[in-house]
Amino acid sequence: MASESELKAGVEDGVRRRDFINIAAVSFAGVGAGAVVLPLINQMNPSADVLALSSTEIDISQIQTGQAIKTTWRKQPVFIRNLTSAEIDEANKVPLSDLRQPQTLAERTKPGKENWLVTLGVCTHLGCVPLGAAEGENRGDFGGYFCPCHGSHYDTAARIRKGPAPTNLVVPPYEFSSDTVVMIG
Amino acid sequence: MSFPWANQYQPKHPVMKWVDDRLPLPRFVYNAVGAGYPVPRNLNYFWNFGVLAGAALAIQIVTGIVLAMHYAANAGVAFNSVEHIMRDVNAGWFIRYAHMNGASMFFIVVYLHIFRGLYYGSYKAPREMVWLLGVVIFLLMMATAFMGYVLPWGQMSFWGAQVITGFFSAIPGVGEPMRQWLLGGFAPDNAALNRFFSLHYLLPFVILGVVILHIWALHIPGSSNPTGIEVKDEQDTVPFHPYYTAKDGVGLGVFLMIFAVLTFFTPNLLGHADNYIQANPLSTPAHIVPEWYFWPFYAILRAFTFNFLWIDAKLWGVIAMFAAIALLFFLPWLDGSPVKSSTYRPLNKIFFWILLFDIGLLGVCGMMPAEQPWVIFSQIGAIYYFAHFLIILPIISRIERPLPMPGSITEAVLAKHADKSSATA
Amino acid sequence: MVRPLGFLVGLGFIAALVMAILTTPLGNEPNASKAFHKEPRKLALASDGIAPHWDIAQLQRGMQVYKEVCSACHSLKLVAFRDIQAFGYTEGQVKSFAKGFQVPSINPDTGEPATRDGLSSDYFPSPYANDVAAAAANGNAIPPDLSLITKAREGGKNYIYSLLTGYQNPPANMPKELHPGPGLHFNPYFPNLNLAMAQPLQNDQVTYADGTKATVDQMASDVTAFLVWTAEPKLVKRVQVGWAVLLYLLGFTALTFLSYRTIWANKEH
Repeated sequence: MASESELKAGVEDGVRRRDFINIAAVSFAGVGAGAVVLPLINQMNPSADVLALSSTEIDISQIQTGQAIKTTWRKQPVFIRNLTSAEIDEANKVPLSDLRQPQTLAERTKPGKENWLVTLGVCTHLGCVPLGAAEGENRGDFGGYFCPCHGSHYDTAARIRKGPAPTNLVVPPYEFSSDTVVMIG
Repeated sequence: MSFPWANQYQPKHPVMKWVDDRLPLPRFVYNAVGAGYPVPRNLNYFWNFGVLAGAALAIQIVTGIVLAMHYAANAGVAFNSVEHIMRDVNAGWFIRYAHMNGASMFFIVVYLHIFRGLYYGSYKAPREMVWLLGVVIFLLMMATAFMGYVLPWGQMSFWGAQVITGFFSAIPGVGEPMRQWLLGGFAPDNAALNRFFSLHYLLPFVILGVVILHIWALHIPGSSNPTGIEVKDEQDTVPFHPYYTAKDGVGLGVFLMIFAVLTFFTPNLLGHADNYIQANPLSTPAHIVPEWYFWPFYAILRAFTFNFLWIDAKLWGVIAMFAAIALLFFLPWLDGSPVKSSTYRPLNKIFFWILLFDIGLLGVCGMMPAEQPWVIFSQIGAIYYFAHFLIILPIISRIERPLPMPGSITEAVLAKHADKSSATA
Repeated sequence: MVRPLGFLVGLGFIAALVMAILTTPLGNEPNASKAFHKEPRKLALASDGIAPHWDIAQLQRGMQVYKEVCSACHSLKLVAFRDIQAFGYTEGQVKSFAKGFQVPSINPDTGEPATRDGLSSDYFPSPYANDVAAAAANGNAIPPDLSLITKAREGGKNYIYSLLTGYQNPPANMPKELHPGPGLHFNPYFPNLNLAMAQPLQNDQVTYADGTKATVDQMASDVTAFLVWTAEPKLVKRVQVGWAVLLYLLGFTALTFLSYRTIWANKEH
């Protein structure tokens, strides 16, 4: 049997050690729980097959001046418009200070291909598809696109001019693979 | 209800006090699995399996909800959607293998939990309701596991569904219409797959509900213990937290290690190769076997090969298989011995180990093809199974002379330690 | 009440089982084919064991064997071209590899079924349009899809490798009725001994870019290694994560055990 004083010392020492071990065990468990939550969250991110659909090739040889087509990229609508020279002039005339998100038409197109305006067909307000890509649709007060959901007007360079949308229609990453083929993504 | 010496909940933080005054949830948890629940001080590691089963249920629910986000319950795409999870979904392979092996881990701990109950007489008064609810959970687990196994729509999924629903066609008269009603068709297809998915998602939450009742019923008399002697005073108990949270933590660590070895190193060990072939209604696999946790019952089903009396062999098999589980409901009244723990029941202890061996033998028979000698082994095994519960237990509980028992839990613990110290001295 | 009733029910089951024992013959139906069936030979691969890795050169050779030999009859539906970046191909190489395949499509002008060049997001195209076509072209035996084949057969990779290298003449002492019928080929590793697939691999059937000699054994090992990868592309990652998890759990269990010991230090139990 241990003497009383030894016992007391042991208890005091024991209390400290005990606290340390318990705290260590609980925090170690916490770290593990945190680590296992990560894959459970990550699984909701786009899966490999969805990410693989990240590039689309589109033949634009059939789009006449003044016309636009609707196509899809990553399951979202994309507008490709062949601008008329009047539309180009109109876009270039607008002073940048008038714009909610100042961008020139040249910044939104590729050099030498200023007539090809490629944008996502997703209104930057709440994600509706704006009108104006198809023949005879309402193109809004500024002759570009018009979103019927909450009345956002985009100009001929698809820049926001009026209505609730905060930014211009997004220009996706794209390149001209040739004069008649656009590669989006 | 609790013992009068149970710790009372004292909110440490004013916020907790505020919550507790309005919704006594903190108090409820404290009394259920916290320091407010006095537990016998002598529980051994076999008492870990209840908490581990709860952990396994939680793992299955979490991984299952995640899988349901990616799975498509349509006979045309179900198989490919599982492979989509395995190949393309971020960490999908981990979640799917964890769910697949989690089912096996769940059954392993539940079987050990049941055997613990059988050995230590946990089903006896005043805990009959705990046992009955446990058997209900076991039945629900089996239904859930079966329907879950159908979802990947592989060959074993399809033919498992075909065979199991075929049980019902054994019932005279209403059998075939009942089978068609279950399947929503004449063979397993879209209708069956969809309803199995729906029920497979629902039943775990039903299990969770019954688990809460199971724990509630347990807290009325409090936990049993290896001596089977009821708690007499404060000396006999320790608060659940931190004593048993720590001990269960150790068990959880070991459980998770075995689980991890299965999931990461041999994920298909307990599965079947045929289930990686898409369901084909025109071709039956050479050898249909259920998952390992059904083997003993499958062996009992196949043991009946003779049309005895006016009942044909198929119906005998189906009745016997269900009876093998249903008789567990009557166990508290089949075993009349007032002594709970087999530690003090020399005869019962012997027959318990024979039963365990018998269930193991039935398991092996269920895995093997229906050839000799496995057929006769399964017949002998089934005879013992029914004899054990329906004939042997009632008899030995009459004739057995229990060993002398200690006066209390504390006395037993102190005697054990006195033994140890005298042995080392 | 429960006990006498239970006793009777028990006797009923036991009587039925005793009758079953008495009426079941103790012998098994003779099965002659069992004597000629062989257990698969073991194939060792880099992806085996507790420290697996992918043998990139072998997987590339294996894919070549699949493409030049197996793909004539067998599909690989679950594998996308993009997936083969996992064994050493760059994005550009995958793109041009995919371009070499024609995948089903529709003519954008007429809507008629057509084909187009493969993209890296496409899956390996199937040799047959559907199961009926596959059965018709192969004497009613549908060549199975190979994506999961090493997981979908008892014996796994060993079985596939043994089957590919196991074609031989039937043993002289084999009874006549076990000999292959018309359109079947003897192979002792196949469960029924005779299968519809003729020996697919011959020496020097493919020319490996890396100069490896294309023996039947070499090609069989390579294509099996490739099919192990197609069946479980996450295998190597799975085991690596497994070690990290196990290491963590060891630490967790050790700490919890120490914590348990200190908590119970002054409590006899």
